[in-house]
Amino acid sequence: MSKIFPPPAPPVPPPHPPPMGLIAELTHRCPLQCPYCSNPLALDPVASELPSEVWLRVIDEAAAMGVLQIHFTGGEPLARRDLAGLVYRAAKGGIYTNIITSGVTLDDRAMAALKDAGIDHIQLSFQDIDPTENDRIGGYKGAFAKKRAAADRIRGAGLPLTLNFVIQRHNAGRVAEMLAFAELLQAERVEIAHVQYYGWGLKNRAALLPTRAQLEDSTNVVEAARERLRGKMVIDYVVPDYHAARPKSCMGGWAQRFINISPAGKALPCHAAESLPGFDFPNVRDVSLAQVWESEAFRRYRGTGWMPEPCRSCDRRELDWGGCRCQAFAILGDAGLTDPACELSPQHYLMAEAAAESAAPAPAFVYRRLGVLVS
Amino acid sequence: MPSALSEAESAAVPRFGAGMKLRFDQVRDAWVVLGPERLFLPDEHAVEVLKLVDGTRSVAAIAATLAEKFAAPAAAIEADIWPMLQDLSARGAVRL
Ligand code: SF4
Ligand code: SF4
Repeated sequence: MSKIFPPPAPPVPPPHPPPMGLIAELTHRCPLQCPYCSNPLALDPVASELPSEVWLRVIDEAAAMGVLQIHFTGGEPLARRDLAGLVYRAAKGGIYTNIITSGVTLDDRAMAALKDAGIDHIQLSFQDIDPTENDRIGGYKGAFAKKRAAADRIRGAGLPLTLNFVIQRHNAGRVAEMLAFAELLQAERVEIAHVQYYGWGLKNRAALLPTRAQLEDSTNVVEAARERLRGKMVIDYVVPDYHAARPKSCMGGWAQRFINISPAGKALPCHAAESLPGFDFPNVRDVSLAQVWESEAFRRYRGTGWMPEPCRSCDRRELDWGGCRCQAFAILGDAGLTDPACELSPQHYLMAEAAAESAAPAPAFVYRRLGVLVS
Repeated sequence: MPSALSEAESAAVPRFGAGMKLRFDQVRDAWVVLGPERLFLPDEHAVEVLKLVDGTRSVAAIAATLAEKFAAPAAAIEADIWPMLQDLSARGAVRL
């Protein structure tokens, strides 16, 4: 069938294939205070946020570079008044637009504005299927009811709906109910995403990490539902690294597919990378997105050249890219080591020890807040 | 030799899943399927099929069009594209 598109002349290989996705963390402001929030412990204050003009320039540069999808997130992206304008600009540039929201402020007006702007997809996050627990975890009374209403608005606008449930030890037993709820709302897609232990999640790990038995139960429920709902609803499932034998391919490899921009404009290979010391991450106020992509910080752990053993000679090195640099730093103090989630890491026992703590009673949450002491 | 399709399978009308879009990317000089927090880089054969998915053509009609285009027997094409469509369906790209 190759007659239709004759193979093009072999191109001069570019420095690195262009990014697939841009993650635009528009703000760290959020009406909720989830104790596992993926934002850094030191939240960007509102005064440091990028102005609209810079975001618009970045979006234009992204389209020109070949970014295919943009994910507007935060914090709560709806806290930015210019959200619809940014969506419009991205959609006009041919980029697939996605918003990741807690939904509590997605009222009729906001929904209509986003729809007019050409939004392609909205992901709505829930803290639990039990309304009381949902509201307790988010630290926001009445959040569940508002999210439920937001789901109806998204449906009403004729948009595809993804529900995201964040799983931790207090709700791991309710995955079946979460999936039934998603079915009831006829969601196209549901994410059953165990907490990832960075930022606030790491701070609250003892209060959140499920036991291995809890994890296995949730995995079984998901697998059965996937079988039953094949072709009807896509279920994405994300597990915590702590009970795993091999790490995840974090972000598809350091600076291989994504650029993440923090509210203040720092360009990062992933949202957690801001916590890494010894990096001079470029700021999109000063440089173009193309310069970001070829910057020293982005090249440092790209590919396999940086790898120590056991990764260097491992046949999975281009599958998981040695796991997560931020986890290596958070647990081992060195971002250039094999992710300790890997059983082959000599320090894997540190993850296993933490996993064993999940059997102990859960301490209280430290809620995500601006100005909480960072220790 | 892949087996022939049932009548119901031939008559199935594939359409794109909600939020799924097929678009040509100038930068990569390739077709891409973009959807809710996922994207696919379909191979040449899948692209030919996806370009004919419009929510009105049946699997048989798609196969007939391709048969004409590539001067191949429609039945063989049907048998080829059915597993491909099922795979795309399992991933949410199309609905069958
Ligand atoms: S995880 Fe919770 S607190 Fe953090 S941005 Fe999302 S909704 Fe807000
Ligand atoms: S040794 Fe490195 S490349 Fe191999 S599985 Fe572990 S983390 Fe992945």
